Amino acid sequence: MNIQEVVHQCRENNDYASLVKAVPYACTIGMGCMKAGDEVIFTLPANELNIGNPTLPAIHGGVLGGFIEQSAQLHILMLMETPSFPKVIDLSIDYLSAGLFRDSFAECKVLRMGRRIANVSVVVWQARKEEPVATARAHLLLS
Amino acid sequence: MSKGKAPARPLTLEDGLNLFLKGVKHSMVLGMTLEEITKEGLIVRLPYSEKIVGNPDTGVIHGGAITSLMDQACGLAVAQAMAPDFDITPTIDLRIDYMRPAEPKRDVLAYVTAYRKTRSVVFARGVAYQDSQDQPIAHCVANFMRMGLSKVPWKPAQGEEGAS
Repeated sequence: MNIQEVVHQCRENNDYASLVKAVPYACTIGMGCMKAGDEVIFTLPANELNIGNPTLPAIHGGVLGGFIEQSAQLHILMLMETPSFPKVIDLSIDYLSAGLFRDSFAECKVLRMGRRIANVSVVVWQARKEEPVATARAHLLLS
Repeated sequence: MSKGKAPARPLTLEDGLNLFLKGVKHSMVLGMTLEEITKEGLIVRLPYSEKIVGNPDTGVIHGGAITSLMDQACGLAVAQAMAPDFDITPTIDLRIDYMRPAEPKRDVLAYVTAYRKTRSVVFARGVAYQDSQDQPIAHCVANFMRMGLSKVPWKPAQGEEGAS
């Protein structure tokens, strides 16, 4: 099944979990996806294999980056009329505090969706949304 | 590390960096290895594997795996810049620009340098590539915070002051 069919099926079933499962890297870090009404929240359950700093322990900064990137990509993919994987042009992550060994959540906001480029802002939190562990901004190429 | 028996010989920079790398679980999961240490920086290898594929239709690896590679490589370059001292250096921020997709089924290398060290911050940058550094897959800049100042007495050498 190609990605277009997966997206169509997700829309029909209103369940985006299978979209996440279609991406091997997303499975490697153990990403998930939660629907909250019409909104989508991406999840990254605590996973020993994602640890970067063994002494804290804390999630690898790169994993948080990958989680952010994948969230932005899937978020845009869901909004596209003819879905194809948007390419990430650039990604800028600010690490605000250590991502501890616990569940993480990401919410994406599309600040601008042009014909060719989308600007997406992503917030990652663990305990409370008001205390994000990381924020990021990404540009994605749509065609 | 400091507890227990003293090592038979003093740790080399390479030993130290390998110890650091091996302690990072996720980097081990992705199979990263320290390829080469140069005068200014170092090279880290990320082997191709199915588990880091981002686009199942093409087999191209996920940018997230490249982000992990760059973050890890920059962290190692920062440790290299600190040597022989050691400091805890969390990432403040990281920016990555993707020039072109990585070719499927081939390893990715990262060449990074910590090009400026101040009392509080270390600045690093690098490229991810497959064939040559002149044909980069991605560019990256990342800044790191030095945590140990309150615990480790450290006197700045000449020309090392900067961002506070």
